[in-house]
Amino acid sequence: MNGWVHRIRDSDLYWSFTRSKLVVVSAAITLLFFIGAFGAPLVAPHNPFDLASLELTDALKPPVWIDGGDAAFLLGTDDQGRDVLSTILYGSRISLVVGFLSVLFALVLGVGLGLVAGYAGGMVDALIMRLADVQLSFPAILIALLIDGITRSVIGQDRHSDIAVFVLIVSIGLSYWVHYARTVRGSVLVERTKEYVLAARVIGLPGPLIALRHVLPNVMGPVLVIATINLALAVITEATLSFLGVGVPPTEPSLGTLIRIGNNFLFSGEWWITLFPSAALAVLVLSVNLLGDWLRDALNPKLR
Amino acid sequence: MSEAAPLLEANGLKCHFDVSAPLLNRLLEHQPRQVVRAVDGVSFRIDKGTTFGLVGESGCGKSTLARLVVGLYRPNAGAIRFEGVDLAAGTARTGSKSPQARMQMIFQNPYASLNPRWRVADIIAEPLRFRNLVHGRAAVSARVAELLRQVGLSPADAQRYPHEFSGGQRQRISIARALAGEPDFLVCDEPTSALDVSVQAQILNLMKDLQRRLGLTYLFISHNLAVVYHVSDTVGVMYLGRLVEWADTESLFRRPQHPYTRMLLDAIPDLAMTGRPRTPVAGEVPSPLDPPPGCAFHPRCPFANARCRSEVPQDTKLPGGAVACHAVAEGRLPAWKEYGA
Amino acid sequence: MDPLLQVRHLRVEFPSRRGALTAVDDVSFGIAPGEILGMVGESGAGKSMTGAAIIGLLEPPGRISGGEILLEGRRIDDLPQGELRKIRGRKIGAIFQDPLTSLNPLYRIGDQLTETILTHLEMSPVAARARAVRLLEEVGIPAASERLDHYPHQFSGGMRQRVVIALALAAEPRLIIADEPTTALDVSIQAQIIGLLKRLGHQHGTAVLLITHDMGVIAETSDRVAVMYAGRIVEIGPVADIIKRPRHPYTVGLMGAIPDMSRKVERLVQIEGAMPRLDAIPSGCAFHPRCPRAIARCRAERPELLAAGSSHAACWLAGEVVHV
Repeated sequence: MNGWVHRIRDSDLYWSFTRSKLVVVSAAITLLFFIGAFGAPLVAPHNPFDLASLELTDALKPPVWIDGGDAAFLLGTDDQGRDVLSTILYGSRISLVVGFLSVLFALVLGVGLGLVAGYAGGMVDALIMRLADVQLSFPAILIALLIDGITRSVIGQDRHSDIAVFVLIVSIGLSYWVHYARTVRGSVLVERTKEYVLAARVIGLPGPLIALRHVLPNVMGPVLVIATINLALAVITEATLSFLGVGVPPTEPSLGTLIRIGNNFLFSGEWWITLFPSAALAVLVLSVNLLGDWLRDALNPKLR
Repeated sequence: MSEAAPLLEANGLKCHFDVSAPLLNRLLEHQPRQVVRAVDGVSFRIDKGTTFGLVGESGCGKSTLARLVVGLYRPNAGAIRFEGVDLAAGTARTGSKSPQARMQMIFQNPYASLNPRWRVADIIAEPLRFRNLVHGRAAVSARVAELLRQVGLSPADAQRYPHEFSGGQRQRISIARALAGEPDFLVCDEPTSALDVSVQAQILNLMKDLQRRLGLTYLFISHNLAVVYHVSDTVGVMYLGRLVEWADTESLFRRPQHPYTRMLLDAIPDLAMTGRPRTPVAGEVPSPLDPPPGCAFHPRCPFANARCRSEVPQDTKLPGGAVACHAVAEGRLPAWKEYGA
Repeated sequence: MDPLLQVRHLRVEFPSRRGALTAVDDVSFGIAPGEILGMVGESGAGKSMTGAAIIGLLEPPGRISGGEILLEGRRIDDLPQGELRKIRGRKIGAIFQDPLTSLNPLYRIGDQLTETILTHLEMSPVAARARAVRLLEEVGIPAASERLDHYPHQFSGGMRQRVVIALALAAEPRLIIADEPTTALDVSIQAQIIGLLKRLGHQHGTAVLLITHDMGVIAETSDRVAVMYAGRIVEIGPVADIIKRPRHPYTVGLMGAIPDMSRKVERLVQIEGAMPRLDAIPSGCAFHPRCPRAIARCRAERPELLAAGSSHAACWLAGEVVHV
């Protein structure tokens, strides 16, 4: 165990990490978000999803440092009486869960298809790449909207609310797999001609085994970087969909939902409902993006 | 040249690559099909326990031939027999005693021939595990340690990653991996070309030791004539996909027959500084896409005649080898001042 | 005769997070006008770095951290970039290993040649073009005036290297630094290029610093040779002496490791171990851990280049007769 810790401390990755204050701060912020979001039941002062605990009399209270504010609701409340701070925390959880799982889905799908396309070549490759090309001509939001809409009409509104999160994950995931597939395919094409792959073929290993055991570990590098940047994109996409009203159900608001709700009240002066969730979203996405940038540079051997 | 059956025999091997432009481009731009005749009718034999050295310059097809022998490419024509068994017959490479299983390969680039994400132990153990040569974790570790010792590394190196080793050490690991499959026959594709001179000496000595101890047979490919001279019992010279001459090492180097072989030997830098007179080298290797008709060497050959320009020379058998040259067949090749004399 | 190039106690360092790594450590040598000096060594010995330092093309963060480089008596290592650029090309030409990347694929050969000529020499574009044609003929490219309008990809590897040589000669430099000029070429082409370099050197009186790992190439071309190991020159002298009667144990081992086509040996001479990495250079003589004749003094004191016969070897035992 000790040796392992030392290896990390000595590694180039750790060194480049500690060199940049910006990256360390970004990592800290992201970590904070995680703790806040997943520890929400412990950390948040209220539970905004518990409809029974909401009091309409608490509605539209401003943040605590403004006249009329209440110490129980640090950042104010929305039109339903939900504590903005708590909703940000709980909502972040949904955003992060949806973000993560959709990235995971896109990753598995994209890497898998890219690996098959790159290693098998020929017709299979051509087919998968044409599929990717077709999909790229549609904007991601549009695809997510399409899938979401189709599911709603097929399953029905009520059943849809139950599985809304899963539909969201699948639709966002389906709109982002292409990037992974193309990158992986490119790397696989390069690795396939390398001599360690030839050596495995000489030993007698069958193609799929070689692709999985030998080639895959060597093409995952850029995938990690894409995934972190993709996470930010996925969170924003979810927020956009929720903002448009086709994301999570309104009883379990995510950051996007909050922003939408707050939008209606902007001009009547209750600015805090939109501002704080937007700021939270921006900070989260920025931190994850900076981490992704750092990772890309740190993993690039030419810059070391 | 023993009368016993050779370990490996190749007859009329051909391997062509279609490098034509895509169909649409060809139709629209009226481009012809383009084929690279990487290997164009090669026959040779290798006896057990010997080293067959294959030399040639870029584009001669020696690497393609290596990959043909070991099964990475399929020949378009011709046959390869390993201990009399035609390799094209059995399709699968399964079974620990199938011909393909007894052949292994060592590659040129020590930095690309080991999977950078795998530990050395797993790299070497892969043939063991795949072919079930050894059973059980402990037995596998023991065999890996033994192989590492055989190639001059320490068993503790098994837990490290390839990037922690130098080029020469990585070639040793490649050799250990090849030996793990318990081969009888090793195809070595420029195994020392990427190494420094002193490291090359270590690896060549190691390979010779292993050959003696384990009774291995080598097909050794290199562009470096001095290295081939040092390791080989028999040497073949390739030019644009054809084997233009082959003979036992001393005969080929002291009394080369083919004009190309003579040109190659003349071109080698004179390390002994004998100040010997040299025939100036003419021209360059033509593109394999558009080889000259007849004998591929005729544009650069001082002895070319009309027949050379139109007819592909067949093998002329000599004691201990063969040459594919009209001038030799017609007896009009002058004697050559013996190299090193 | 005053040396054309004089390198004194040159030191090239690379800052790294493990401290400064010394790639070239106190290297001194000179090249006379018209002389071909071979610089031979294995990978990591520092020979390419030396060449790069002389011509001012060291890649940052590498830098010259000590010593001086004098060309025709003038220091060139401390010149500002603008001055250095004038010297580069006009006084010093360069030939690198890979002919494919040495030429700009988007420009015609003629344009690249005339651009170099016009940058350094005063003449009209017409005269420059005529000079370019003459250069191509000199390096042995047939149909030079037509080939002037071709692009690099229309030349074969050997022809491209000839064009690179023509480019290096374009402004009539006094010194050419050739870094592994024949390594990427076939042996038959290599012979042609070696012959060309020798002939041109003698005809134009151009000195050449020929950097290579191939002793055979050195034997064919060079007047003197410097053997490098771990950033230091371990032996320097006339080429016949060094090859036939090497004094330094490393050179002895190196010559023994090269397969000899005049007689078959069972085993090649083997130097155990490998060249030390830059961050682990041994104390005293850098070769001592691998040297079969090391004594206590070798571990403690770094040897200077001592006279041994008509050459110099950095070995405390250099004075003693060494077998071949």
